[in-house]
Amino acid sequence: MKYLTFATATLAASAAWADTPELTVYTYDSFVSDWGPGPAIEKAFEETCGCDLNLVGLGDGAALLARLKLEGARSDADVVMGLDTSLIAAAKETGLFAETAVEAEYTLPIEWNDPVFAAYDWGYFAFVYNKDLEVPTNFVDLGAGDLKIVIQDPRSSTPGLGLLMWVKAAYGDDAPAIWAALSDNVVTVTKGWSEAYGLFLEGEADMVLSYTTSPAYHLIAEEDNGKAAAAFDEGHYMQIEVVGKLAGSDQPELADQFLNFMVSEAAQNILPTTNWMYPAVTPSAGLPVGFETLMVPQKALLISSDEVPAIREEALAEWLKALSQ
Amino acid sequence: MLALILLALGAVLSRAEVGAGLGPSDWAAVRFTLLQAACSSFLSVLLAIPVARALARRRFVGRGALVTLLGAPFILPVIVAVLGLLAVFGRNGWVNDGLGALGLPEVSIYGFHGVALAHVFFNMPLATRLLLQGWQGIPAERFRLVAQLRLTPRAMFRAVELPMLRQVVPGALALVFVICLTSFAVALTLGGGPRATTIELAIYQAFRFDFDLGRAALLSVVQLVLAGSMAVLALWLVPKLGIGGGLDRMMPRWDARGGVQRMGDALVIVLAALFLLVPLSAVVWRGVRGLPQMPSEVYAAAGTSIWVAVASIVVLLLLALPMAGWIAGRSGGSVEAIGLLGLSASPLMIGTGWFILINPYADPFDFALVVTVAVNVMMALPFALRILVPPMRDAVAQYGRLSMMLGVRGWRLWRVVLIPRLRAQIGFAAGLTGALSMGDLGVIALFADPDRVTLPLQMERLMGAYRMDAAAGAALVLLALSLGIFWICDKGGRWRAEA
Repeated sequence: MKYLTFATATLAASAAWADTPELTVYTYDSFVSDWGPGPAIEKAFEETCGCDLNLVGLGDGAALLARLKLEGARSDADVVMGLDTSLIAAAKETGLFAETAVEAEYTLPIEWNDPVFAAYDWGYFAFVYNKDLEVPTNFVDLGAGDLKIVIQDPRSSTPGLGLLMWVKAAYGDDAPAIWAALSDNVVTVTKGWSEAYGLFLEGEADMVLSYTTSPAYHLIAEEDNGKAAAAFDEGHYMQIEVVGKLAGSDQPELADQFLNFMVSEAAQNILPTTNWMYPAVTPSAGLPVGFETLMVPQKALLISSDEVPAIREEALAEWLKALSQ
Repeated sequence: MLALILLALGAVLSRAEVGAGLGPSDWAAVRFTLLQAACSSFLSVLLAIPVARALARRRFVGRGALVTLLGAPFILPVIVAVLGLLAVFGRNGWVNDGLGALGLPEVSIYGFHGVALAHVFFNMPLATRLLLQGWQGIPAERFRLVAQLRLTPRAMFRAVELPMLRQVVPGALALVFVICLTSFAVALTLGGGPRATTIELAIYQAFRFDFDLGRAALLSVVQLVLAGSMAVLALWLVPKLGIGGGLDRMMPRWDARGGVQRMGDALVIVLAALFLLVPLSAVVWRGVRGLPQMPSEVYAAAGTSIWVAVASIVVLLLLALPMAGWIAGRSGGSVEAIGLLGLSASPLMIGTGWFILINPYADPFDFALVVTVAVNVMMALPFALRILVPPMRDAVAQYGRLSMMLGVRGWRLWRVVLIPRLRAQIGFAAGLTGALSMGDLGVIALFADPDRVTLPLQMERLMGAYRMDAAAGAALVLLALSLGIFWICDKGGRWRAEA
């Protein structure tokens, strides 16, 4: 009975809140955690919108899309934040997203003018290592050498899929040969990013697939400048994280306001040292101290999002074949 | 419970589009899954027999602690246990450091043997506990008779222990087999690459990346069928012979007092303890280093997890005791087989299925804790039944008729006859459920309530944000809480009794 009383009281309380509009944003787990960008973003946005921002963390980018497909048009979400370039085609195919008109002076290494999704941060995939190591400068040398790497499974992890796209974008039809050469360098393949990074930190591998911005975390948060990202001369594949508005939203204006907020100075200042990615629009004060030490690739690689689904199928089959030998 | 699984499966299927059947890579996954599960379960149980036998025969300082710690590997979050194993057997681990110091070549843990090693680490202690219960079930009078007849250890093994093992081993094998069947992250990480793909990984991929519900349901069915056949096989192997009653009291053992046996038992116990404790101490060491960096949110998450664990224990006991009583009164094992099915159902499939069922009518977040408790209970039920049914069967066989004659039935039958006989097993089952619920991530990912994060999820979030040290600290808290709840229940059950 007590429970019922409590439930009734809670319901009554939420009814009283209903006057303040609520914006529900689905995002990935690490965004909402107390050490992620979530709390600061929520505070900054609520100061300007006169609304209640409800950030809901749901696994990773892929889980986010799966969740959205499960809920379909019934979804409570107004905005989905945290899909990346490899998921955009699948996301658009659901027909659940609405076009937006976000105006931003993007500082991305490539042109960004997607009518549906706004970019809020981005990074380059890279192999991270401990500085005392002599590292190869491309996949061919990596495959020929005997350094051990740990990577993520492209069937369960977005960085794993990113690596697949990286090799495909750099080598096209020669990708199977690259993978065959790499197969004896791969110590193991993990379910997700954190398992792989954990194995690397425990010394199980010389290098781990991560981001060029990973050393910034160690430098800024841990004051450890011992990590670096290896520069590969064939270029580095990009991951661009995007935010989009759902067509079924009951707060379309507020959703647009949030999208514009995410590319504004206020949000872009928060992201680099909480999400550990590059801001999509470099703030006027520049990047945080420490980011200038990061390796900047000579060339940015990206496969256009419409081509990703077909290339993914092919690349996954090649990867499975090469690493199952 | 069957309804819980089937409804979920039906819900997933209702949303599925007709897709392709199983491809060659799926069949490769099925083959690998079967092979590794068969090898792992066989090794785990085979190695558990001498350990359980030694523990049953000996009394020594620290025995109680060792028996409690047997529950530890099983309840650790997978990645934590894997990191613990790697600290010992990994490329940079103690074994390879030792080999390197001796000028010997490095051994790699990655491969089929690594998967088996990890599964033995997880399941051998559990199998030992199950077998130990079997030894405990042998009436003390038997041991006195053995001593009076001066039976050699070999004759004693054939006359007393072998019949007991024939009763207990098939069930333990089936249980460990089904646990290994649904392995995913362990198999992939230590298997060293996509060769080590299990069905569970394919299910995960189908749900998460491809959103191919038809394929996911099909693969779930394959997994259920494999587990189901194993369950039927195991229960068919169990002979329908009771081991007979005794005076129901504890006695010291007079057999196996020779020096050779003592040495042998001591060696077995030391080896098993080392295999168990060295990786665990690596986990504890990493955790202690991480404790100071742990954010306070971890404690809030710990509170939620304790709540979930206690609720799961209560629901489990309310469900498992009547079920065990009902099974014990019958000769067949079909209900126990259903219990095993529950374990083999992919939590992702159950979670998704129930999500599809609940979502049109209510906010799934409101049901987060209810669904979590339900799934925890479902996962723990097979263990509980495996633990409760054999002694329940004995109790019913021995005291059933007497109780009926004396008119003891209903609640009084439970209170006077059954519960006192089963105290140790009830405590063990409750402890295991609590510990499992504490560590389970299963469905919580789909139903995760933003305001009520559980400890395993909080640990994953820390790891996902580079904070590996803090995550190791959270893992230590998780281990301590799981073992604590396990110890309280287990100790409560074994209070003034030997196990």
